[in-house]
Amino acid sequence: MPFISNTDEQREQMLKEIGVQNFEDLLRGIPKDLFIKENLNLSEPMSEMEIAKHITKLSEKNVNTNQFVSFLGAGIYDHFVPAAVNYIIGRPEFYSAYTPYQAEVSQGTLQFIYEFQTMLCELTGMDVANASMYDGATASAEAILLAIRHTHGKKILISSLIHPSYKEVIKTYISPLDIEIVYIPQKDGRTDIQELENQMDGSVSAVLIQTPNFLGCIEDMKSIDSIVHSNKRALFITAVDPISLALFSAPSEYNADIVIGEGQVLGNMQNFGGPLFGFFATKKNLIRKMPGRIVGATHDKEGQKGYVLTLQVREQHIRRDKATSNICTNESLCALAATVYIALMGKKGLYEVARQSTIKAHYLFEKICEIDGFSPANSSPFFKEFAVKTEEKPKNIIEEMKKKGFFAGVDLTPFGYKNQMLIAVTEKRTKAEMDEFVNVLNN
Amino acid sequence: MEPKTIFEKSVKGRIGYSLPECEIDKNLEDFFPTEILRKVKPNLPEVSELDAMRHYIEISAKNHFIEKGFYPLGSCTMKYNPKINDIVNTLLGLTNLHPYQPEDTIQGALQIMYELQNDLSEISGMAEVSLQPVAGAHSEFAGANIIYNYHKNKGNQKTKIIMPDSAHGTNPATSALHGYEVVEIKSNEQGKVDIDALKQVIAKDIAGFMLTNPNTLGVFETEVKEIAEIIHSVDGLMYMDGANLNAMLGYIRPGDIGVDIVHFNLHKTFSTPHGGGGPGGGGIGVIKKLVRFLPFPIIKKENDKYYFDYNIKNSIGKVHSFYGNFLVMVRAYIYLKMLGEKGLQRVAENAIINTNYLMKKLENYFPVPYQKDVMHEFVASGEKFKKYDVKTLDIAKRLLDYGFHAPTIYFPLIVHEALMIEPTETESKETLDSFIEAMIKISEEAESNPEKLKNAPENTPVGRLDETAAIKNLDVKFSFDDEITETANKR
Repeated sequence: MPFISNTDEQREQMLKEIGVQNFEDLLRGIPKDLFIKENLNLSEPMSEMEIAKHITKLSEKNVNTNQFVSFLGAGIYDHFVPAAVNYIIGRPEFYSAYTPYQAEVSQGTLQFIYEFQTMLCELTGMDVANASMYDGATASAEAILLAIRHTHGKKILISSLIHPSYKEVIKTYISPLDIEIVYIPQKDGRTDIQELENQMDGSVSAVLIQTPNFLGCIEDMKSIDSIVHSNKRALFITAVDPISLALFSAPSEYNADIVIGEGQVLGNMQNFGGPLFGFFATKKNLIRKMPGRIVGATHDKEGQKGYVLTLQVREQHIRRDKATSNICTNESLCALAATVYIALMGKKGLYEVARQSTIKAHYLFEKICEIDGFSPANSSPFFKEFAVKTEEKPKNIIEEMKKKGFFAGVDLTPFGYKNQMLIAVTEKRTKAEMDEFVNVLNN
Repeated sequence: MEPKTIFEKSVKGRIGYSLPECEIDKNLEDFFPTEILRKVKPNLPEVSELDAMRHYIEISAKNHFIEKGFYPLGSCTMKYNPKINDIVNTLLGLTNLHPYQPEDTIQGALQIMYELQNDLSEISGMAEVSLQPVAGAHSEFAGANIIYNYHKNKGNQKTKIIMPDSAHGTNPATSALHGYEVVEIKSNEQGKVDIDALKQVIAKDIAGFMLTNPNTLGVFETEVKEIAEIIHSVDGLMYMDGANLNAMLGYIRPGDIGVDIVHFNLHKTFSTPHGGGGPGGGGIGVIKKLVRFLPFPIIKKENDKYYFDYNIKNSIGKVHSFYGNFLVMVRAYIYLKMLGEKGLQRVAENAIINTNYLMKKLENYFPVPYQKDVMHEFVASGEKFKKYDVKTLDIAKRLLDYGFHAPTIYFPLIVHEALMIEPTETESKETLDSFIEAMIKISEEAESNPEKLKNAPENTPVGRLDETAAIKNLDVKFSFDDEITETANKR
């Protein structure tokens, strides 16, 4: 039997030492009627060779983004991942360790989390970051829950331009609570600031804005800040693309209270949408209300530096029904990928990734808008992703382009933007690929 | 030597990446007003690829991990993760898929998910499974949300959830997120749910019961059907925390014993590695009447085509951005396909035998208060060593010196100075014997040389760390000195 070390002989020997005749004796306290009566309907076991062949075949039934030229984005992006990232996360020292409960034999995990927290604080300008959440959507929901706990306001204002999945997950997470969600409509690809101002009142506990937003546009965060913080109670939550932070204002520059987002872009593959990881960073005053694990530096008796899980009294295993969240397992290994990625790309590289993505996206935007039947969906500044209006149904365009070897983009029609397409460009796309794409679109 | 962070290894101007030149001759200023561009540049490391590799390999060597040694962390099911599972990392048709690709370009991925949904339904005896939750607690959230919506949908007035005092911390935390008051009932002298105590609290306002089975003492709840009947009598729902499913595989199915909702921990039971704290893999199975509440989408098949079904009548909505932790699902799928029914049974058998063997060999040194119907883990007590001023924490730290990871300690709360030990099925008798030997030695040391334990560990990369100081002088990120910051800002 695979993956079991003991031989039948050893089993017998152990049963004898336990003091029973056979295995069934160990179960004799369990009523007979609880046991399965018929055989399970599972397929015959495969050998390693057979399953390797089978899974490879199944993977080949998919078309991957290396086979096609991909302009898919909408939350998950095809950025370049250096080989060294996957090398490190493939080390069993990291991937087959458990949560670092015994600090003295988990310094590798604890130290990288401390470095990860530092990197996220540097990018966002916040004072503290946790060790990761499940994904951007659940991080946004946890941020809303924190704000509700902190301010006790009964209303939250959410830009209608945050990622649709974030909206869905927030809705699920706050469904048991008596909280009203107001979606602030958009105006020309950005949150309508006048509408936001109209909705601000004393009952608002949080305002959630994403920048770049779902349509790729950069929000006017300075103006939004002055509206949100004219209200003494409300917390300003911003969802960001961490790569964009190499170029654009740090959330601390527009006084965000909580910064969350999807971290996949930092050294993680697209993974068909999972595993991903969410990040969660706040100002100092909210640290004791944060969800998730936090690593802190300390020392041993000899004064040697080391790292431990800290402020655990916030967490479910200590505080139970009074915990700040129910989260236990997070996405640690994905956060490690991000840590190694940021270390490798560093100050210059991350900036270069953001710069190239931006320049290439703008190049493609201009080229596409020159084609008959395509026009800009809005006139707001954007980062690496943009929406275009199409005369033909996006669904048909995507289908046609697929036949030519392109993933043309995401059809925005099901998300409420009729006859619009969302097109993302990362540093991986070449000028030749984009020219060919435009060429084929044109025909 | 003081361990350095990656930031302290940074050298101005050094790079660790290689990107092609941008072929388009444009500047950012061509597109944006300068006021939205970042003013203070982030302090990020400047290291070479070799610097980074040395650094992360150096710190990785300070970890304990399953290939290095025994990891008897109770409730965590730290079994060996077969290396064939990692084939997923090498297949671009799995890692390089975008969640919004057209359905006809992801048929292989959907087939894997579809078959895994079905296999998990079969193993658990449930009508349908959603793979969207990505962790145990995340699955609990989805499950509790189904309980909440079930009652809301029926117009039931429910305010409370019952659970035993041995429940995982995530159970009360999840219930609280749904506004439920937690009713904790005491375990009986066998460590099981006390049926009489349950009967006393059962009332119309009970939304459900969260049961872990086998429970956190490793003890099988033999009266699970009676519990379910009592809960069902007030239209409550039975939730089973599946953290300990390993003990039941191929022998008992939650769906056959009165459970309405069960969750899976793919990273425990189904051999996907835990990644130092994640990614895990969750999933929930439900009985027929609850299928309409599952998170959307689930995978369906029609005319040999697999597709996302978003049309779930009373769905609780989404709990994750996309479809869950796909790569973790593929690992679990590989494991299941290799084991089949017989293999699953062997898992449960060997987990139970290993546990009972360890318990038998250790009970004279570390008393085990609850022994009847112990399955895949047991909980010993270190209380008798208190007379030597030795705590369970000291025993745990001393185990690290012997090259073992410590068991889960101080949980469940109902055993004083608890040591929760779960060997899993993959460990050999020789490993168990060497662990037994170390534990016996430690019990002798506790008596003869308690200082040894109180000063432990001594053979680890760092000595016992001061957690109180960590809270008192909070240091949760590296402090760059002013000079570094200023130089960075000038860039």
